[in-house]
Amino acid sequence: MKKSLVEMKAGEAGIITDIQGGHKVRDHLDSLGVRMNKKVEKISHMLMKGPVTIRIDNLKIAIGRGMAAKIFVKVGSKNTQ
Amino acid sequence: MKILLAGNPNVGKSVVFSRLTGAKVITSNYPGTTVALAKGYMQYQGETVEVIDLPGTYSLRGSGIDEQVAMEMFAGMGDDDVVVDVIDATNLERNLNLTFQLFEQNIPVIIALNMWDETKHQGISIDVAKLEKLLDVPVVSTSAISGKGILQLINRIPEVRNKYIAPLSTHERWGRIGDIISQVQVLGYKHHTFLERLDELSLKPLTGIPIAIGVIWIIFKVVRFIGEGLINYVFDPAFQELYRPAMAKLSVLLGESGIIHNIIIGKLIEGSIDFEQSFGLLTTGLYVPFAMVLPYVVAFYLMLGLLEDFGYLPRLSILSDNFMHKLGLHGQAIIPMILGFGCAVPGMLATRPLKTKRERFIAITLIAIAIPCASQSAMIFNLVGRYGTQYVAIVYGTLAVLWIFFGYILNKIMKGLSPELLMEIPPYRLPSASMILKKLRMRVTFFVREAIPYMLLGILLINFLYAMGVIAYLGEIIAPVVTELMGLPQEVVTALLMGFLRKDIAIGVLGPMGLTAEQMTIAATVLTIYFPCIAAFAIMFKELGLKSMLKSTAIMISLAIIVGTLMNLIM
Repeated sequence: MKKSLVEMKAGEAGIITDIQGGHKVRDHLDSLGVRMNKKVEKISHMLMKGPVTIRIDNLKIAIGRGMAAKIFVKVGSKNTQ
Repeated sequence: MKILLAGNPNVGKSVVFSRLTGAKVITSNYPGTTVALAKGYMQYQGETVEVIDLPGTYSLRGSGIDEQVAMEMFAGMGDDDVVVDVIDATNLERNLNLTFQLFEQNIPVIIALNMWDETKHQGISIDVAKLEKLLDVPVVSTSAISGKGILQLINRIPEVRNKYIAPLSTHERWGRIGDIISQVQVLGYKHHTFLERLDELSLKPLTGIPIAIGVIWIIFKVVRFIGEGLINYVFDPAFQELYRPAMAKLSVLLGESGIIHNIIIGKLIEGSIDFEQSFGLLTTGLYVPFAMVLPYVVAFYLMLGLLEDFGYLPRLSILSDNFMHKLGLHGQAIIPMILGFGCAVPGMLATRPLKTKRERFIAITLIAIAIPCASQSAMIFNLVGRYGTQYVAIVYGTLAVLWIFFGYILNKIMKGLSPELLMEIPPYRLPSASMILKKLRMRVTFFVREAIPYMLLGILLINFLYAMGVIAYLGEIIAPVVTELMGLPQEVVTALLMGFLRKDIAIGVLGPMGLTAEQMTIAATVLTIYFPCIAAFAIMFKELGLKSMLKSTAIMISLAIIVGTLMNLIM
């Protein structure tokens, strides 16, 4: 099932299949290691439309809500890692 | 020959730098600690070689000041210069992305595979020899914090040579990197440590918010406890018991009055020296910075250092992100604000990782206006605290309201949007005592070097201008604003004038004036808002440029008058 990082529940994991948004944002995400076909696990999101925190490989990254809504993940079973 | 240190943020470049050069630089466990180029020297093959620590970068695209600075340095490299690419071995794949971009720029590279010790704890094993063969450049595993591998790194610098590959697309680059990773890295079972569990708790709202409130409350308590302890049991007794007799003798020697006596010792209060009020160079001039401000500076920076090296600060960025957007900033801007509670200078410099000019203007102006630095806090606690804690609360409360309200207005009236938060969250690490103490010593030394000359200059100037009648003259001119609008006595003008140099001087000026609690509260608030000290002002000029600095200054002075007037009306 395809969900955005915002829609995912904390603890859910999957594969990044689509990153929308401008070139600059995508480049920035890419250089931080957030890119297509990477395994990603959602750690949490903050209350009241706060940022989403995710884990990719050994990295933890915080992403603003608007940006996170444009990153889509094919969600598999829980804790696929 | 020059050696440049490059790499992703928070991989330990600055630790490698201080290992190589012995130079003192601030290091922390969060991305973006190094905001300017640090230069140092090391002995290499019998000659003195310059070593440059670049700000951390994720790529070489030139977005943001940090990447531009790094790229300019690469462009200006001479034929025999080399780059040490510092890599976080626990995040090999992501870090190699920058390495490949260095190759594509035809930059000669040697790799320091740093944080090597941590790979073992995390069940990561990397075949260093194979990595070296595949990359075709020297690779040395290092643990800069303990110093392991640094010597080998230096010894292998002669093997560095240019390694050029044709520019790759993002897709091709990740493909090549993935290829290498699959051949050299094996991930084993990873223990879920206590620190990792704590980390997850602090990232989830239900547990993270109480943790944040608890941390801030503990910091506040501990800073006051250590600060007051140092004052009451160390610094004040030292001045009273050890220093006073010498000053008393000197006072007698200088004849107990006269212009020389007044400048060096100051005025005697009821026949003896009063360190807070006498206002001489060797009395108040040393007592205020050393016995009243320094203890809080030590306490604050000790706690800040612990939080920084543990890696807690980025968690506050995440928790505050949503709120900071209302001020036209995002969560990352909370770190400069926190640094500003120590000193505005490093606070303002720490706004450099913010990407837009708009954000930096808002952040720097807010630090200047509404974040009291350690000297200002010492001033507030000393002057206002004597009337009761509730008045201290009024000062801090007013500043907090101003911070929120004014940030909100700036966000509304300034063109442009606030970009979204996107930051790496470093893992929690147990701080090393020696690193914490080293950092504390550097920051305290910085404070003493900044504070003492301006303090002494200020006291000298006040005595001088007072004797010449200049203060009385200026007092007449500014008096209507101070007396009519803010309800303060005309003499407060002296404190405001000297506040341009340093805020803590005001302790000696305002202290003996016999103001009412309300007047003191207003005076301390206005003093905090209207202008940062001269050192912070210089940084504003450098970071914002003349036009924005003047704009920011006009805002500060107007706000100080408005807030002072409102407080006078309300209180």
